[in-house]
Amino acid sequence: MTTRPIAVPAIDFDRATKRYGTGATTLESISSQVQRREFVSIIGPSGCGKSTLLKMVAGLSPITSGGIAIHGMTPQKARELISFIFQDATLLPWRTIRQNVVLGLELDGMARETRNAKVDAVLSLVGLSHVAGSFPRQLSGGMKMRVSIARALATRPQLLLLDEPFAALDEMTRDRLNEELLRLRDEQSWTALFVTHSVSEAVFLSTRVLILAPNPGRIAHDVSIDLPFPRTESTRRSEAFERTIAQVSRALRSVSAAAVATENGASISDEARTAGAHPA
Amino acid sequence: MKRLGLTLISAIAIFGGLLLLWQSIIWIFALPPYLLPSPARVAHAVIARFPSLVASLLLTAAAAAGGLLAALLVGLVIALFFAQFPWIRRMLYPYTILLQTVPIVAIAPMILLWMGPGLGSVTLITFIICLAPIIANTTQGLISVDRNMVDLFLMHNASRAQVLLKLRLPHAMPSLFTGVRIASGIAVIGAITGELFAGSSRVGVGGIGYAIQYASAQLETDYLFALVLAATVLGFSFFFTVMFLEWYFLHSWHESARVIDQE
Repeated sequence: MTTRPIAVPAIDFDRATKRYGTGATTLESISSQVQRREFVSIIGPSGCGKSTLLKMVAGLSPITSGGIAIHGMTPQKARELISFIFQDATLLPWRTIRQNVVLGLELDGMARETRNAKVDAVLSLVGLSHVAGSFPRQLSGGMKMRVSIARALATRPQLLLLDEPFAALDEMTRDRLNEELLRLRDEQSWTALFVTHSVSEAVFLSTRVLILAPNPGRIAHDVSIDLPFPRTESTRRSEAFERTIAQVSRALRSVSAAAVATENGASISDEARTAGAHPA
Repeated sequence: MKRLGLTLISAIAIFGGLLLLWQSIIWIFALPPYLLPSPARVAHAVIARFPSLVASLLLTAAAAAGGLLAALLVGLVIALFFAQFPWIRRMLYPYTILLQTVPIVAIAPMILLWMGPGLGSVTLITFIICLAPIIANTTQGLISVDRNMVDLFLMHNASRAQVLLKLRLPHAMPSLFTGVRIASGIAVIGAITGELFAGSSRVGVGGIGYAIQYASAQLETDYLFALVLAATVLGFSFFFTVMFLEWYFLHSWHESARVIDQE
């Protein structure tokens, strides 16, 4: 899509900081790089600014200081490279599945025939062709989320931002959609930034997991996930998977413990800070 | 189908029972027709004075429908302004509530004073009482759109007009219909109330409200009953017309309209 050199990272956080009004700092000096085709998950205790970070990347929430570059562009300029998947499927209930999936292309002003062909392709890719004429209310939660994914992929994004997309689903549906997401990534090759509360989901999907600490929100740990691709049901049963989950959980617990200590008015002990995996 | 038949039979039975009760009361208490006419007398009044009854009905229907439609158009425009400009909403919304609380019987004499009697005054009175529920419900529908949905549109650099036409307006349709449904019920009441004050510019010719006053002054109790019957029919048909439109436009996707679907 772009002719820029491959060296330009998909996302470049350069001391990105977020402050609401004169209140406390939500995110403090976030610096990191996400390379193209990486699948990076962000986890952390509630209130650490995970969702805010995602909205900043999308250009939906202004950056107070520092910067975020997406393929070398500002978030607003990069919007056509980005698709956002929300926690709810956010489907328009008065539109059929097909009309929902076409929404992005329609708003982008694509000609009717071109967009119809694209929608047909993405519907069959996600396995939704048979419900194209249905309305959202006729679909289960898992199906609605697949429609939401199809709508996001229809515009052929370079970068996919996902804000706890599977949080409201049952575990089996969630596992299936996780595998589905990786399959789609193989076919379409986008970069993903994925916010979740689930450690096992983060480990299963990601090439890297960023663990955020709260008050102020900052990157506490940056963990590489070295499990081989393709990841399938057998990945979940492997010992390496269990080990990685344990490692990430430990790091997350240390961050959460520190957060609780701060909330209780106690100072953050060095012990709690370093109890987990290696700091970033 | 069997259930529908049963409902129909029970409805007819209840109707018959009520007629019987009505007739019995007249027999037992030996009431004169000017106090309580028998069902047969009312039926006779309906048939004998059918042309003037229909004329009154149509006049009232015209005022009620005119007022309701005008309130729908004006209310929708006001709601759009309220939704697009929060500062206008904050400034003027309290007056919408004022509009709802002022009793129409208090305003009617003023309108009569300014505009004189006739269809225009009655329509205006209907318009005034229909306006508030339409503004309130439509505004609520327009502004209660999920933040994430708006963000979704913003991600595609959608214009304000696109957000309005493709998101806010369709989202507000169920609320708009709720407002119109409430307004349709009070439109007929409003028109008849208006006609009590300003029903006719010519003696002997006027809507249901005017005819009710005239008939009661003349002690034509049987015709009075016929007029009440006509008013009820009118109210019902307004309400069901709106219900049908609501079902027709929303049943494919909206929960509230599906209730009728499942009956």
